[in-house]
Amino acid sequence: MSASTQEINNLINQEYKQGFVTELETTTFLPGLDEDVISKLSKIKNEPEFMLEYRLKAFRHWQTMKSPEWAFVKFDPIDYQAISYYSAPKRKEDGPKSLDEIDPQVLEAYKKLGIPLDEQERLAGVAVDAVFDSVSVATTFKGKLKDAGVIFCPISEALRDHPELIKEYLGSVVSHTDNYFAALNAAVFTDGSFVYIPKGVRCPMELSTYFRINAANTGQFERTLIIADEGSHVSYLEGCTAPMRDENQLHAAVVELVAMKDAVIKYSTVQNWYPGDKNGLGGIYNFVTKRADCRGENSKVSWTQVETGSAITWKYPSCVLTGDNSVGEFYSVALTNNYQQADTGTKMIHIGKNTRSTIVSKGISAGKAQNTYRGLVKVLKSAENARNYTQCDSLLVGDQCGAHTFPYIEVKQPSAQVEHEATTSKISEDQLFFCQQRGLSAEDAVSMIVNGFCKEVFKELPMEFAVEAQALLGLSLEGSVG
Amino acid sequence: MLSIKNLHVSVGDKPILKGINLEIKPGEIHAIMGPNGSGKSTLSHILSGKSGYTVTDGSATYQGKDLLDMAPEIRAREGVFLAFQYPVEIPGVSNVYLLKAALNSIRKHHGQSEVDAMDFLTLVKGKVRLLDMDEKFLYRAVNEGFSGGEKKRNEILQMAILEPKLCILDETDSGLDIDALKIVSEGVNSLRSPDRSFVMVTHYQRLLDYIKPDFVHVLAHGQIVKSGGPELALELEEKGYSWLEDAEASA
Repeated sequence: MSASTQEINNLINQEYKQGFVTELETTTFLPGLDEDVISKLSKIKNEPEFMLEYRLKAFRHWQTMKSPEWAFVKFDPIDYQAISYYSAPKRKEDGPKSLDEIDPQVLEAYKKLGIPLDEQERLAGVAVDAVFDSVSVATTFKGKLKDAGVIFCPISEALRDHPELIKEYLGSVVSHTDNYFAALNAAVFTDGSFVYIPKGVRCPMELSTYFRINAANTGQFERTLIIADEGSHVSYLEGCTAPMRDENQLHAAVVELVAMKDAVIKYSTVQNWYPGDKNGLGGIYNFVTKRADCRGENSKVSWTQVETGSAITWKYPSCVLTGDNSVGEFYSVALTNNYQQADTGTKMIHIGKNTRSTIVSKGISAGKAQNTYRGLVKVLKSAENARNYTQCDSLLVGDQCGAHTFPYIEVKQPSAQVEHEATTSKISEDQLFFCQQRGLSAEDAVSMIVNGFCKEVFKELPMEFAVEAQALLGLSLEGSVG
Repeated sequence: MLSIKNLHVSVGDKPILKGINLEIKPGEIHAIMGPNGSGKSTLSHILSGKSGYTVTDGSATYQGKDLLDMAPEIRAREGVFLAFQYPVEIPGVSNVYLLKAALNSIRKHHGQSEVDAMDFLTLVKGKVRLLDMDEKFLYRAVNEGFSGGEKKRNEILQMAILEPKLCILDETDSGLDIDALKIVSEGVNSLRSPDRSFVMVTHYQRLLDYIKPDFVHVLAHGQIVKSGGPELALELEEKGYSWLEDAEASA
């Protein structure tokens, strides 16, 4: 191995900074999954009767399904009876009313993660819902949002306070029979965020949810539902971290977005779940179903994701372009290092006339990691003049990783235009030497080259998070050169 | 400034440089000429720290320090600059970003604070004018889609901003038309100073019409076979390299 390749390999190896565990008293279910556990879960969350029925229906369906095997990832079968389906910091009967009532240890954990829940300390203009294991522990700026008519609350609260919206929209984009992990999620989801933006309202601030897995041997099954009513506008961001553990932990989330006529939803993710150690031990299995329905005319949904964590990522944020002239966008950076595996991409389903979609995917593989882009562009007969543009670039760092691309294109409408461009490149020793010859360390050089590669995606992120994402990429690659 | 003594360098098992001796004092310009395969590029690579070469004997001392022992980025920060024969492209990274990162890493090495954004722009824009470049150049990705002439000018721009002490120009004239050659040469000439030295590696004498060297050395089969003043370059132009190579062979 030449000096520079060795350098690249060393730069990739660096510590996971969010790997701490918070010691607290928790209410945690014993491991195991059956109808009793689901009833108990529904009861502890004080849910309306229709939710329990929904959960049980999903659970019964899930039992008839098999874990999908088509993705380009390898892992041992998951023992669903060994997982605990509920864990929450102990708290007063009806939940904390203010920050004073939240366990100071939990507050401290978020502070350590750089997410202060005190509104004064928080970045101006960003409201946060903080989900700790199975429950939402705090939601900031609720009052200010309420003044604008925006509902932003834990989904468990929405189940109780807004059952009519839940009944109408929950499962309307991702049904409980959609896929194995979505069915499991429908049966056992614990918390997540709920957002409703009323007609004509432009949400006055960025909304964000910060997911934290803390407890051991638990799964996190979060459910997010965002509804943007006619002519409304919202930008939403989620972030994720978890402690370092030798066992794999399951995170099976479902995110549903509904955009009505003229509505715009921008959904950004910075995913940094624990990726496992450098030998591939431990880490989060991130099996997520994210889908948006552009239900109304001229609606628009834009997914932006920066994926640097998780041992395995299985995730395809998609857009169903139902309304005429609706627009779907997907901008993605997926970085895999060491033994991480990612099979990620998107689906753009064109149903309405003049629907447009754009896909820009940047995959970076380092170490011994495997990075797969899997995307579907489907144009139905009804989608006259539909257009799609796909750009799919892979960057290899070092010589032991892999990049794979599986684009599926199905077009049933002759007037549609579909473009697909793909490139694969490698950080060359010449590029590294050039940067070093200008005085940059090998680490800084790789970080600069990777950030340059991802530029088109980073410019889609909200300002505050673009900086965070760049720093995160730098950290995730540290040690891959040396 | 730079003292090379009996330098032997191999690639794999193959010896390329076989005992180079060279003394370069501050302010001097040395031209290294020679036919293809004589070891010219190897010499510029080994001085700037490119991997893939093995020093089997001899030394190179730069400002009293062992140059060959330093990492490439340390050499750069200490003032060794290589103008590349084939400058690489870095998609998505703007020229101005690279320049600033490079300048700051050098300043940091010398215990100076990072350059202020406004001061930096003033500095860069001044140098851009000096090299007759378009300011748009700064905001384009490093060398991406640049013509051969633009890439070489970009190298000189970097040199002008980083202000190195020892500049190694590796076949800077290759691929340049006469206008670009003039501009690049003027850029280099404007950087001449009593405490800055140049090593120009070139195949042709025409670069030396524009940048006048103090010394000319002829490299053949990994050794300096003849040294002289600027007139040696003219003699080479007239007679070619073969008479020196033949002389060496019969010696």
